[in-house]
Amino acid sequence: MDLLLIFLGAALVNNFVLSYFLGICPFIGVSSRLSSAFSMGMATTFVLVMTALVTWLVQAYILAPLGLEYLQTVAFILIVAALVQFVEMVIKKMSPALYRALGIYLPLITTNCAILGLALFIQLRGYGFLQSLVFGLGAGAGFTLALCLMAGIREELELAEVPDSLKGAGITLMVAATMAMAFMGFAGMI
Amino acid sequence: MKGQLSTKQEILKGLWDQNPTLRQLLGMCPTLAVTVTAVNGVAMSLAVIFVLICSNLMISLVRNWIPSQVRIAAYIVIIATFVTVVDLTMKARFTELSNSLGAFIPLIVVNCIILGRAEAFASKNGPWRSILDAVGMGVGFTLTLTLMGALREILGSGRLFGAVVLPGWEPWVVMILPAGGFLTLALILGAVNLISRQREHAARQTLVEESRVTRRLKLSSARATGVTGGEA
Repeated sequence: MDLLLIFLGAALVNNFVLSYFLGICPFIGVSSRLSSAFSMGMATTFVLVMTALVTWLVQAYILAPLGLEYLQTVAFILIVAALVQFVEMVIKKMSPALYRALGIYLPLITTNCAILGLALFIQLRGYGFLQSLVFGLGAGAGFTLALCLMAGIREELELAEVPDSLKGAGITLMVAATMAMAFMGFAGMI
Repeated sequence: MKGQLSTKQEILKGLWDQNPTLRQLLGMCPTLAVTVTAVNGVAMSLAVIFVLICSNLMISLVRNWIPSQVRIAAYIVIIATFVTVVDLTMKARFTELSNSLGAFIPLIVVNCIILGRAEAFASKNGPWRSILDAVGMGVGFTLTLTLMGALREILGSGRLFGAVVLPGWEPWVVMILPAGGFLTLALILGAVNLISRQREHAARQTLVEESRVTRRLKLSSARATGVTGGEA
């Protein structure tokens, strides 16, 4: 039950994009096509889960016993960068088709603040190993959901008449504001 | 005239023409997340300015020794080091502020403004110009964050920097909520686009006007002196 709450909390109630503002850059940059939004969401989810596991292990078994907690930020960002590189190589080897489909989005995941944010939140809230795993999954699901919803809306927006000054980022942020308001409706769930 | 900007221009470009948040759309996450109050906005931007100046300076000093294949990783380590310095200092000295900014101080590591300036500017320019660039970008970021924070604080609670400025104001709670952040930024972006498009339009008008005048002047002076002068 506790795990279910963590999952729903990360995916809906405190959606990473719409309530913590993490991962806004891909949210605005990548979300213009539904297919690429979904691929991006999946790749990010995978990296999120891996990051949650690896950073938890590193913190619990390397940094904490050695008293090196002050190196947390440096260690975590290096782990994220290494993981993204690793995921890129594995996908390239295992499934060249998927690799081509994701293209440039893969390396960009390193600078997605949702990833580092997840690792930091896990430490701040003192989650255990299994909780971290579920938290990562929930965050990924929430990110994918927000990205796909936004992509769907933006595909429709192309047909709408938008004031010139608000074209591009402006109207995207307005849509995001509306979505954030809608997601507030989940607040009563837990 | 090798496309080099003067000292003043180097700083000023970050304020409007290349404002990191409003024109380049970089560093959106902290812009939206911490600007619930003006104080938070200012604190966040001071932290970013510090990291930006230090990392720009450091990277421009070591830029010739870093192999280009591993440069991004090297930049990130340099940035992360300075962020750790800021994070620990704020935890020790300004505990309250550090608590209200939460995970967003360590998250400066992935603020695209800093990595963006490292890659786009500090890796190609000397230390002095890199510092100027960092100051300009930092001030541009500060102005944006303070404006956002002030707008959201005034409309959301009728206060500015904690002091009541609108007595009897019915707070617009939505401005403090995430939705208000998106909305405020969208409107500011719209306003900035509107102003810059009007400016461009005006600039184009004066350019057309000027070239018409100079052409007429040249023509008349050429007629007066004969076409042999050539130095017009």
